[in-house]
Amino acid sequence: MTDRPETDPAAGAPPRPPGRLYRAWDSDLAYAFRHSPVALVSAFVTLVLVLGAVLAPWIAPYDPFNPATLNLMNGFTPPGQTNAITGDTFLLGSDDQGRDVLSTILFGLRISLFVGVAAVLFALSLGVSLGLIAAYVGGWTETIIMRIADVQLTFPAILVAMLIFGVAKGITPVEYRDQVAIWTLILAIGLSDWVQFARVVRGATLVEKNKEYVQAARLIGRSPVAIMVRHILPNVLSPVLVIATISLALAIIAEATLSFLGVGAPPTEPSLGTLIRIGQGFLFSGEWWILFFPACTLLALALSVNLLGDWLRDALNPRLR
Amino acid sequence: MALLGIEGLTVEFPTRRGTFVAVKDADLTVEPGQIHGLVGESGAGKSTIGAAIMGLIDPPGRIAGGTIRFRGDAISGLDAKGMRALRGRKISMIFQDPLTSLNPLYTVRQQLVETIRLHLDLSETEASARAVELIERVGIADPETRADQYPHQFSGGMRQRVVIALALCSDPDVIVADEPTTALDVSIQAQILDLIKELARERQVGVILITHDMGVIADTTDVVTVMYRGEVVESGPTREVLGNPQHPYSQSLIAAVPRPDVKLGRFPLIGYGGRVTEFRIADLARDWPMPETPRGTPLVEVDGLTKQFQTRRAIRASRRRYLTAVDAARFEIRQGEVFGLVGESGSGKSTLARMIAGLFPSDEGDVRYAGRSINTGRRGVPDWYRRDIQMIFQDPFSSLNPRMRVDAIVAEPARHHGLFTGSALRQRVAELLDRVGLGADAGLKYPHEFSGGQRQRISIARALATQPKFLICDEPTSALDVSIQAQILNILKDLQDHLNLTMLFISHDLPVVRQMCDRVGVMKDGKLVEIAATEDLFAAPGHDYTRHLMSLMPRLDGLSDTALQRA
Repeated sequence: MTDRPETDPAAGAPPRPPGRLYRAWDSDLAYAFRHSPVALVSAFVTLVLVLGAVLAPWIAPYDPFNPATLNLMNGFTPPGQTNAITGDTFLLGSDDQGRDVLSTILFGLRISLFVGVAAVLFALSLGVSLGLIAAYVGGWTETIIMRIADVQLTFPAILVAMLIFGVAKGITPVEYRDQVAIWTLILAIGLSDWVQFARVVRGATLVEKNKEYVQAARLIGRSPVAIMVRHILPNVLSPVLVIATISLALAIIAEATLSFLGVGAPPTEPSLGTLIRIGQGFLFSGEWWILFFPACTLLALALSVNLLGDWLRDALNPRLR
Repeated sequence: MALLGIEGLTVEFPTRRGTFVAVKDADLTVEPGQIHGLVGESGAGKSTIGAAIMGLIDPPGRIAGGTIRFRGDAISGLDAKGMRALRGRKISMIFQDPLTSLNPLYTVRQQLVETIRLHLDLSETEASARAVELIERVGIADPETRADQYPHQFSGGMRQRVVIALALCSDPDVIVADEPTTALDVSIQAQILDLIKELARERQVGVILITHDMGVIADTTDVVTVMYRGEVVESGPTREVLGNPQHPYSQSLIAAVPRPDVKLGRFPLIGYGGRVTEFRIADLARDWPMPETPRGTPLVEVDGLTKQFQTRRAIRASRRRYLTAVDAARFEIRQGEVFGLVGESGSGKSTLARMIAGLFPSDEGDVRYAGRSINTGRRGVPDWYRRDIQMIFQDPFSSLNPRMRVDAIVAEPARHHGLFTGSALRQRVAELLDRVGLGADAGLKYPHEFSGGQRQRISIARALATQPKFLICDEPTSALDVSIQAQILNILKDLQDHLNLTMLFISHDLPVVRQMCDRVGVMKDGKLVEIAATEDLFAAPGHDYTRHLMSLMPRLDGLSDTALQRA
């Protein structure tokens, strides 16, 4: 007895299964998205920031890392004002070396986002595989994997990341250190973050593996790997998606924290955290903008990604609807 | 004046796709001491009527029209406060699942006393005494001791008795019972229904009994209302409606109920509100490999299969505890026959089937298939055996991978065994889906786009993809509506007739077993207590437990003979 005026095919036209794109647009998730102001605003903010980061080399007004174009005389120009000596204008001001703060933010955003996304992808692959294996195989394998996870959870994540970063730095030759710094950062944050993926995937897998479709696959003799990858994995991915989004915000903050502490991205490739560390030196001498704008950007990025994650969690949870 | 009267009730649920009318213009009356059955298939709107009486329709759902009167006063328009004064006090409810309707953190006494004091002006001690009285009234022995136990210390049937005691706390005039015995075994079901009958007679309570089970209706109710897609199609005294149904839908519904007394060739299918789906299983017989051994020779010989589950884990072996789920099962299934396994939940029949299928390793014993040992132990069953057997599972909502397209699901077994590839495989899948009566574009959809019965047919198509010789059906219809059940059972019969499939058929439903099986094994607590030919078993059950099960079978004496005439 359902009225479906929107989906009724035109009279006479042969019924055709709607395309993938239309189905995605018509899905409940897309519908919930279109009707949630929070999701729309945070998606918009995230999109603007990501576009800014990706397009930085083309849209940044200055190239902040080319010493040839830097002019020390531009140092400490307040936002929106024209430097009295050189006549250059900086929308968000300039720092002590005369670099345009807006441009450094755009380039810093690039590093922050890259490290965040890469670290989450790394943590996700590691955590999802280990969680799947632990739950599906069970027995000693499960005990060992999950005990390691428990032990790691007793340390603060940032401490684990610092430890891994320190060890990795110690074993790389000095001349390569700056080049691999970004990758060590990704490794460190990723390794400190896999546990929650493993836990969630293990829990979901324990539920799925007893369902009859898994038994049907076992019955025809599919291998454990095929069952895990083809059958169980697609069915445990939605909580993973939620955690990945929230983890992204955490990873960006973790990267900023490490960089702020001076153990992360090197000053030659400053991330948002590095910029904040540089900026805090000038906070009490009146040049507030060097700290303020990178900090605001970090806040906007972390907040909007986090809100997206929260919204996604609620939207995918049928019990909250 | 009727105790409870419903006139022209319409309940709507607005959704983003338009308004869904769950109940349309329904009329119903309940007199004191009367049990009024509300029967229909899933989605018929019977539970929605129950919720409307209780004022428990979840927003955004709403009562769009009609009135519900309690002793002549309209209660459908009451606000939340007015409804609370009535709900639980004058009208109470018994839910389906006794496990979730009791709070596990409080003793039974605490829960009863709380409810009693909420509704009646009694002191703690008086309420406590009344609680014990109620526990005794619902037939729980040793009420003083039992009252101080927690819900998990009660069995399922006992828990449902406690739920009934809770419903009786306030001395209600009307009880709405929504599928009160669906989660229970037959032997417990009979006791609970007797209790409800007794209470209705003794206390002059009006009962609305919502169920999908015709046996329960025939057994318990005085008046019955048949619902179909939100509308009342027929209403009247139970014997009349069941014995001489007027509306075509009631006729088709009653005809589809498996008869416990006579074995019919096929289930009568009377299509209503949609065409009868055509299956053409016979067409598959063309290129189906016929069995090498003649009909009647043993195909599957189960030789002392045993399975124990550890119930207490410990490092020292002497401290471990085990539960023997299946105890040295020994029987044979002959080429071309349907062998039934019956028993109540927990009797080990599913575990036994899974060992035969090679899904659980057995602790002891083995299975010989066509004379060859298949080794059901830890090492796993051989590949040639996996190709020859297939299984149809109980729950059509979990037996298909929700993230796989239907054509991929059906193709998987054949692809895995390398039986077909490329366009031959695609053709094979299309043919199978067509033969089980699903449309041409079914393969392009995902499982959630199908109803329970359609999904079960997809399962059957998947099971047929490797051209198996032996099919294990684990309660294949217990999650389905009765008219859908008839369809599925007919397909299974076709499989046996046209393709010579041998089947192991597991069920707790004796009438279904009678219709489907050639021989039956009865299981109790992991042991096979009796094995006999179906007709012999039903005519003269040999074991006490079998006789006990038979006596609990719902009696459909009042049923019409339409089923017979049309068969």
